[in-house]
Amino acid sequence: MATETTTRAKLRWGLLDVIVVVFAFIPVLWIASLSFKTPATLADGKFWPREWTLDNYRTIFATDQFIRALVNSIGIALIATLVAVVLGAMAAYAISRLDFPGKKLLVGVSLLIAMFPQVSLVSPLFEIERQLGLFDTWPGLILPYITFALPLAIYTLSAFFKQIPWDLEKAAKMDGATQGQAFRRVIAPLAAPGLFTTAILVFIFCWNDFLFAISLTSTERSRTVPAALSFFTGASQFEDPTGAICAAAVVITIPIILFVLFFQRRIVSGLTSGAVKG
Amino acid sequence: MADIVLDKVSKRYPDGTVAVQDVDLEIADGEFVILVGPSGCGKSTTLNMIAGLEDISSGELRIAGERVNDKAPRDRDIAMVFQSYALYPNMTVRENMAFPLRLAKVDKETIDSKVEEAAKVLELTPLLDRKPANLSGGQRQRVAMGRAIVRQPKAFLMDEPLSNLDAKLRVQMRTVVSRLQKQLGTTTVYVTHDQTEAMTLGDRVVIMRGGAVQQVGPPQELYDHPRNLFVAGFIGSPSMNFLHAAVEDGKLRTALGDVPIGERLRRQLDGADAPRELILGIRPEHFEDAGLVDDDTRRRGMEFEAPVEIVESMGSDKYVYFTVEGERASAAELEELAADAGAADFTGTGASLVTRLSAESPVREGENRRVWFNLEKIHLFDPSTGRNLTLHEGRASGALAD
Repeated sequence: MATETTTRAKLRWGLLDVIVVVFAFIPVLWIASLSFKTPATLADGKFWPREWTLDNYRTIFATDQFIRALVNSIGIALIATLVAVVLGAMAAYAISRLDFPGKKLLVGVSLLIAMFPQVSLVSPLFEIERQLGLFDTWPGLILPYITFALPLAIYTLSAFFKQIPWDLEKAAKMDGATQGQAFRRVIAPLAAPGLFTTAILVFIFCWNDFLFAISLTSTERSRTVPAALSFFTGASQFEDPTGAICAAAVVITIPIILFVLFFQRRIVSGLTSGAVKG
Repeated sequence: MADIVLDKVSKRYPDGTVAVQDVDLEIADGEFVILVGPSGCGKSTTLNMIAGLEDISSGELRIAGERVNDKAPRDRDIAMVFQSYALYPNMTVRENMAFPLRLAKVDKETIDSKVEEAAKVLELTPLLDRKPANLSGGQRQRVAMGRAIVRQPKAFLMDEPLSNLDAKLRVQMRTVVSRLQKQLGTTTVYVTHDQTEAMTLGDRVVIMRGGAVQQVGPPQELYDHPRNLFVAGFIGSPSMNFLHAAVEDGKLRTALGDVPIGERLRRQLDGADAPRELILGIRPEHFEDAGLVDDDTRRRGMEFEAPVEIVESMGSDKYVYFTVEGERASAAELEELAADAGAADFTGTGASLVTRLSAESPVREGENRRVWFNLEKIHLFDPSTGRNLTLHEGRASGALAD
């Protein structure tokens, strides 16, 4: 390849990258910009705030409301993620490694759940949860989250498990490992990128959910941030809470960014290279 | 170290297919036994059953006199080398080799010294801190061996450990495996589909076909005294020539001329239900350029003339291919062997005869050449059963034996 074409290719790719990044980031930056504007300049249509203020952030942290919602969000999303990934890993391992009766049915049903429109389940879930006393509690949200996150987890993870050479597990057994040891010490470390990828996907799903959060909660006890945002009011009834909502939106984006950054390093491909013939 | 006994071991799958049928095998302590056969013959399944990776459907497996049918692989104290090496990619070479010892809860110092020792034997010391991804195929193979020897198990099982290496390295590693086994004196069961590996490595070779053992014996015995058509065709490279032979007037009518038969064969063929059609087998090295044979040898064989198709000069001798007229030998065993060699759809016209002649022979392609062959080395097979009719008390005696 001539260097000329590579420079041109680089330019072209660079331009494409910039377009994609700008396209993706403009709404986020717009929200960030709004969150720093004063109520007077909020609707001026300028991308760069004329008057900078941190008032919006002060407002949301001034009351208990937002912090409480943040705690709910983090707690519920983390627990749901953990449970979904652990259960999903076990199910995916069984699906990719064993031939058991009803395997196709299990895969089919989990796909069905993933495709089911969630809106249609909201009313029955509301009734069921009220009857069971789960309404407006953490488990009341965690359970549906797990249900809808599991198919996602099973699908992603079984794809990862299928890539791991079967021989490795046999080798571990020959080396004296029990089934559990073989899974923990050989298979799980190799599936780690898959586990982290799945964890991120599931976490984002739970973190962003608005539908269940707004329908299955009624008080601060279990209301998560997306739902809590819709209950924001300004300092007075006549004041627009846009600034505060934007500030809150920026704040709740931060955990996701941290979560992804933290796990990103673990998501390295080619971890299994060298296991079997190259 | 221990002996391994397979007593009528069978493997049946739920769908009814039988992978291994009634295999009886006694492997002595310290012996190097090779399981060989074409793909699908059940050799790997047999090995996996010894390892405990597959259940035994019926029969009994004893290691060191103890029944181990229901024991998990980890409780059988045997090590296995896989075709794919199956190294743990997340661990360094050192950790890979230490893994079985760590699982066995051996203390750290012992682990270190044992790993170092094994690494020295296999010349892996400078690679101990590398990951498998940064090793060449041959090095990975050695690490896999290292992981097996490090814990001094009762037996080694090797599942085609060399088949992923290139040809030159394979020959080199073959001697490494052989030397290692002699040094350690550990009972070893080695699976391969390569008859050269089987011939060169093993104390004894077990030839399998369709889940059943065909013949067990030292390599030379299998070569000289094959019990049936399958063994005769599988062992040897280039493989034995097979020709159609019709029994007529106390002689065998073949493409090489009428072959006389001895008293014992005649008696065998006299029976009412004796086969009228036979397959004659003769190895390439039992031919010789008729011009180079002295009178004494000439009497033990007979001659024929045929057009030379191809001459391959190997330096030490010449492989000469002749075209001979006549019917092709056909039997289920031969078709299976051809299929395994990937030549089932490649039949050509007439029969081709492979001979190994002395390097001094002036043979040229295209000419007609007179060739002598040794009647004492001929095998005759019954095409329906594949049985070697020339075999008498386990020894092949040629066509002329009385």
